[in-house]
Parts: sequence; structure tokens; C-alpha cells
Amino acid sequence: MKAQVTVTLKSGILDPQGKAIEGALKSLGVAGIASVRQGKVFEIEIADGDRAGVEAKLKEAAEKLLANTVIENYRVEING
Amino acid sequence: MKAAVIVFPGINRERDMARTLKLVSGHAPAMVWHAATALPAGTDLVVVPGGFSYGDYLRCGAIAARAPIMDAVRAFASTGGLVLGVCNGFQILCEAGLLPGVLMRNARLKFICRDVYLRVERSDIPFTRGYNAGQVICVPTAHGEGNYVADADTVARLEGEGRVVFRYTSPEGTCAPEWNFNGATNAIAGIVNQHGNVLGMMPHPENHVEAALGPTDGRRLFVGLEEHLGRAA
Repeated sequence: MKAQVTVTLKSGILDPQGKAIEGALKSLGVAGIASVRQGKVFEIEIADGDRAGVEAKLKEAAEKLLANTVIENYRVEING
Repeated sequence: MKAAVIVFPGINRERDMARTLKLVSGHAPAMVWHAATALPAGTDLVVVPGGFSYGDYLRCGAIAARAPIMDAVRAFASTGGLVLGVCNGFQILCEAGLLPGVLMRNARLKFICRDVYLRVERSDIPFTRGYNAGQVICVPTAHGEGNYVADADTVARLEGEGRVVFRYTSPEGTCAPEWNFNGATNAIAGIVNQHGNVLGMMPHPENHVEAALGPTDGRRLFVGLEEHLGRAA
């Protein structure tokens, strides 16, 4: 089973890296970009388990390590 | 003083810290590896030094904060033991939940390595008893992620309870954006926990302790700790 945990900065948290990328895209002439926020994606393979159990496990992983919930939100997606 | 310096893979300031602790107290600290599960018996000060634990992977301090030794550090702190975190050590203490908030990328994305000025906001805790409240000290800093961030409630609580211990200021002690070089919320350079026994700060007081190498403004922090612990013993 494959899964993804996506970690993004909460709104209101300043993201200087995202700002720098936004500026670089503008200077490359990529038009129409209003703003960029940088996050992280973790691609995780699960050995076994039922869907509900896997989701609970990934939430535990996100809470304990993958995300710092002071500044970040996370989203768990299980791909079959 | 019976200090323990915690050593993680990728830490590089532990020897500066050990040298300063020995210089001030006359006793070499125990160097405690991250995989240990207990502090040496009789430890009265835990120091989490600076560096780049685990190469700053994931988030600065995130992986070190989950190392086996941190449970022992947490237990030590919960009984009132003194814990000092400097630079990466501050980041680790925040990630470990021993201090609130988080250290983000510097506002202008640059790694900044130079002397900075700090205003000591209070002198009634063991870490700052060697200074006067309002005094400005000059100490070096070297970090890319020292921009202190916490939610508005947490910042209000820190300010209301007088838990901001060091603030980036001018040499005269004035707060202004040009002296807050990393963009930290309210120019916060160092904070203490609710009970005043866990302190985290970004700059490096351990590097300004010997006249032969320059200013010695950092020395009073360690002298104060030594006096406090000597009195308690």
C-alpha cells in the first residue's frame, strides 16, 4: 500500500522560501502566479494493514515527527 | 557544577561549550551521547549545544528532539533541573516541547554569522543572575534558522509572564528592525519556560568568554550558573 503525507505551512506563517521561489518564477517570465508556499511531501510504503489502521498510523507519524503542528498542517492520502 | 553536554550526530559546538564550562567551573562536563537513556548521576546542568544535528534534515532539531536521551532530559527538566539550549540546542528544545514556538528560516534567508547585541530582560533566573536587567551584551551568532515564531497567544503569554530573556537590540539597547537581523517575533533571541529552569537562545555566549579572543560578555551567564549551583549544593 502506498501513501502520501503532505505537510504545508499554516496560513499566516511567513514563508521566505516560498517568497523567493515566487520571485524567481516571476523573473523567469512564468505569468499569472499570485503566490507560492513551499511544503513537503512524504511518499510512504506500508507493509500491510487495513485502510483505517494505516490512516491512524500515518496520522501518528505526522503528529509525532513529520509535521510541527505549531506551524504546519498535514494531510494523509492513501493510494489503494 | 556537574554539567552534562548532550552530543548528537552533526552537532559541532559541543567542544566550545565543554571548554567554557570547564573554564568557568573548573570541572569538565560529561559528554552524553544521544543514544544514552540516562544522565550521569548527580547532573545539575544539562546543555544542548549548537551545530547541525542530523544535518538539519526534516526541520532543524526535529530528529534530535526525538532521540532516546531526550526523555531523560525531559524528566530532569520536570523536576526543576537546569537545561540550557544554544542555537541548534534552542531549536531542539522547541521541537522537544520543552519550550514553546519554533525557529524558522531567517527573514532574509541568509545564514548570519557575526557579533550581535542582546538586551538581558531579567536577571532573577539562574541563567542571567550574572547580569543586570536591561544590560546589553555582545555575543556571536551563527544561524540560518533563528527567526522565532509562535502563535499570537503564546507570544502574548511569553511577554506577559516575562519569559523573553534576551532580545536583539542596538548596542544601546533599543529595539529596531535593523537590529532584529533574523526577523524574530518581537526580536526574541532567548526564552525561558514557565518555571524558569529551561532556557533556549540562538546566539552563542560560550564563544565570548576569554579576553584573548575578544569580548567576554558571555562569561557571566556561566559564572552565574556556577554561583547558583554552588549555592544550591
